[in-house]
Amino acid sequence: MFWDFEWTFQIMPDLLSGLWATVQITVIAYLMALALGLAIAIVRRVPIIGSLLHFVMEFIRTTPLIIQLVFVFLLAPSTVSGMTVGILVLGVHYSSYTAEVYRSGIEGVSKGQWEAARALSLPTTRTWGAIVLPQAIRKVIPALGNYLIAMFKDTPLLFAIGVAELLTEAQRVGSADFRIVEAFTVVGFLFLLVSIPSAIVIRRLEKRYAAV
Amino acid sequence: MEQIEFLIERLPRFLDGAWVTVQLTLGGSALAFVLAMVFGIMGTAGHWLPRAVSTVYVEVFRGIAALVLMFWMAYALPVATGFQLDDMFAAILALGLNVGAYGAEVVRSAINAVPRAQVEATVALNLSWFQRMRLVVVPQAWAQMLPTFGNLVIELMKATAVAYLIGVADLAAVAQQLREATGETVVAYSGALVLYYLIAQVLILGMRLLERRANRKLGRVTPGGGGPLSLLRPPSVGTRVGVAK
Amino acid sequence: MPPSDTPENTTTPGVEGDADGPLIVFDQVVKRFGDLTVLDHLDFSVAPGERVTLIGPSGSGKTTILRLLMTLEKVTEGHIWIQGEPFSHMRRGSALVPANEGHLRRRRKRIGMVFQQFNLFPNMTVRKNIMEAPVHVLGVGKDEAAQRAEELLELVGLGDKIDAHPTQLSGGQQQRVAIARALAMRPEILLLDEVTSALDPELVAGVLDVLREVAETTDITMLCVTHEMGFARDVSHRVLMFDQGRIAEEGPPEQIFGDPREERTKSFLKSVLDNGY
Repeated sequence: MFWDFEWTFQIMPDLLSGLWATVQITVIAYLMALALGLAIAIVRRVPIIGSLLHFVMEFIRTTPLIIQLVFVFLLAPSTVSGMTVGILVLGVHYSSYTAEVYRSGIEGVSKGQWEAARALSLPTTRTWGAIVLPQAIRKVIPALGNYLIAMFKDTPLLFAIGVAELLTEAQRVGSADFRIVEAFTVVGFLFLLVSIPSAIVIRRLEKRYAAV
Repeated sequence: MEQIEFLIERLPRFLDGAWVTVQLTLGGSALAFVLAMVFGIMGTAGHWLPRAVSTVYVEVFRGIAALVLMFWMAYALPVATGFQLDDMFAAILALGLNVGAYGAEVVRSAINAVPRAQVEATVALNLSWFQRMRLVVVPQAWAQMLPTFGNLVIELMKATAVAYLIGVADLAAVAQQLREATGETVVAYSGALVLYYLIAQVLILGMRLLERRANRKLGRVTPGGGGPLSLLRPPSVGTRVGVAK
Repeated sequence: MPPSDTPENTTTPGVEGDADGPLIVFDQVVKRFGDLTVLDHLDFSVAPGERVTLIGPSGSGKTTILRLLMTLEKVTEGHIWIQGEPFSHMRRGSALVPANEGHLRRRRKRIGMVFQQFNLFPNMTVRKNIMEAPVHVLGVGKDEAAQRAEELLELVGLGDKIDAHPTQLSGGQQQRVAIARALAMRPEILLLDEVTSALDPELVAGVLDVLREVAETTDITMLCVTHEMGFARDVSHRVLMFDQGRIAEEGPPEQIFGDPREERTKSFLKSVLDNGY
C-alpha cells in the first residue's frame, strides 16, 4: 500500500494554504490583465505606437511564461517578492491575450454604431465609453472567462521562482516526508476541483451571451 | 559588444537547447493530435459511452496544469509503480495529454459544425460511418480545426519550457545553465526568448501554409490574395482569438 | 391501391415475400415529430418502373416519405417494404424489429436521392464527388468509375466541368452534378426532393431537361416531390396529392391537373398557379 491516508489528511492544511495563495494570485493578476488588455487594445489603434505595441505584445504572447517569470525575477531588486513578480508577469503576459480578445470585440462593433455616434457629435470618450466598449465587452465575456481558468492553471509555474503556491507546497511537504505520490495526486485533484466547476460556469456564460 | 561575442560563442549550446525544444514540440504535438482526433471523434458519437469517455478525458486533462502532470509523471509515477519514465518522454506525454484535451474539444465542435445535409448526402450514397468520417466529415471539418490547432501548437511550444524543471536539457535549461555559469542574466535569457520567438514564427508560418492548402481544397479563395507575402499577414480577423486555451 | 381498411395491421397480404408485387409498400406508416403527426397511417405502393409525383402544401408529409425511404428518418409506427422484404424493419425469428444500421446499409443500396440543396461535397472535385461512392461502397474499380463519371457528366451536359470544384459551379450545374452522382450508384429507385426549389428561375429548365432524359431512357422507379406541375405532368405515371399526412387524392396526371375532384386539390393547384409556378 503506497497510499497513506492519514498523512494525506495531515498535509491538507498546507496544501489548502497553497491553494488559497494560488487563488489570490490568480484573481489579482487577472484583474490586472483585464484592465491592461483593454488599454492595449485601445492604444493599438494609434498609428505608429500601436504597431510597436503590437510587436511587443506578440513577442510576449509567443514566448514561454516561465522564462519571462524567471527572467524578471532575476532582474528585479531583491526587495521585490516572488509573489509580486509573479502577479506582475502573469498580468502582463495575459494582457497580451485579453488585448486580442478586446480587439476582436471592438472590431465586431458595426461601422454604423461609430457613424451614429459621429452623427450625434458625441465626444470621443462618450463614443468609446457609452457606445463601443459596452457592446464590445458584452460579446467577449465568455472568451475573457476562459483566460481566467487558463491563468489559474498557469500559476504552478510560480514554483520556478519559489512562490509558496499549491505545487510548491506539495513539493515541499511531499519530499520532506517521502510522500510524493500523495502530495502530487492531491494537487491534481485540487486543480480539478477548481477547474471543472469553473468550466461549467463559463459554459453557462457562453450560452447566456451567445445570443447577443 | 562583449555580450554579442558571448552570445555568438554560446550559440551552439543555444541551438542544442533549441533542438530539444523543437523535439518536445513536435513530439507533444504529434501525441496531442492523435489524442485530439480519437477523443474528439468519440465525442461526436451517437452512443453515450464513447461520449462519456471523451468528456472524462477532456475535463481531467484540461483541468490539470501541464506542469503538475509532468511532475506527477516524473516523480510520483516511479514511486507508485516502480516504473521510471525517461524525462523527455514524461514531458512529451504530459504535454500531449494536456494539449490533446483542448484539441479534442476543437475536433468535436468542428465536426459538429459540418452541415447535417452533408451527412445526409453520405447516407444517400450509402457510405459507412467510417467512410463518412474519413472521406467527407473530417476533411471538411479540417479547415475549421486548423486555425485553433495553430494556436494550440504555439501554446504547446511555450509549455515545453517547463520541462527543464524535471531535468530536460531544453532551451530553458541552457539559459539557466549559462546564467549560473557566467552571471550574464540578460544575455542568457534574452537569447533564449528570441530563439523561442523565432521557433514560434516558423510554426505560425507552417500552420498558415496548411490553412491555405485546406481552404483551397474546399474551393475557398484565400482572402488578401495568394502570394507568398500574404502568409505574413494573419488570415482574417477574429479567427485566432478566444479559443487558444 | 388497397384502401386502408385491412383488418390486420402487422402484415399486408400479398406483400411479404412477393418479389413480383409492388416495389415499394407503405403499410400503415405513422411518422410523428414530438406531438406533430406528419404521416398519419399512410398506405400506398409503387410499382417497379413507376414514376410517382407527390404534391401538396408544405408540411403535408411529402418530403418525409422520401426521407423515410432514404432512412434519414425512422418510422414511428407501421412498416415499409421493398420488393417484398422488410425495409424499415428486419426479421428476428418471426417478429419484425426496427432495423439496425447494418440492415439499413444493405437495403438502401438500391436507393438514390437528389436533395433540394444539392449537398455536393465541397472537399472534392466534381469527378471525385461522382466516383467516391461507387469506388468505396460498390467496390467498382477506379478506372471504371472514372469512365462512368465522364459518361454521366456528358449526360447532364457538364463534360467540361469534371475537374471543377462545386463552389465554382452555378446552382443549376451543381444540381446536375448531384443527379449524376446519384445515378453513378445505379439506383433502382431515385428520390427527387424539390430539386429545383433552390434554383434561380432561369436555371430550372436545364435541370428538368436532364431529369426528363433520365425518365425517358431508363426504367428507374422515381418518387418526385416538386412544385413544377408541367414537369410532373410530362414524366409521371401517377400523382399523389397529400394533405395533413394523408393522401387526399390520387390519379394519372391528366386527371389530377385537368379534372381534380377534391376541393383541397383544386385550391392547392390554384394557389400554386397563382404563385407563378
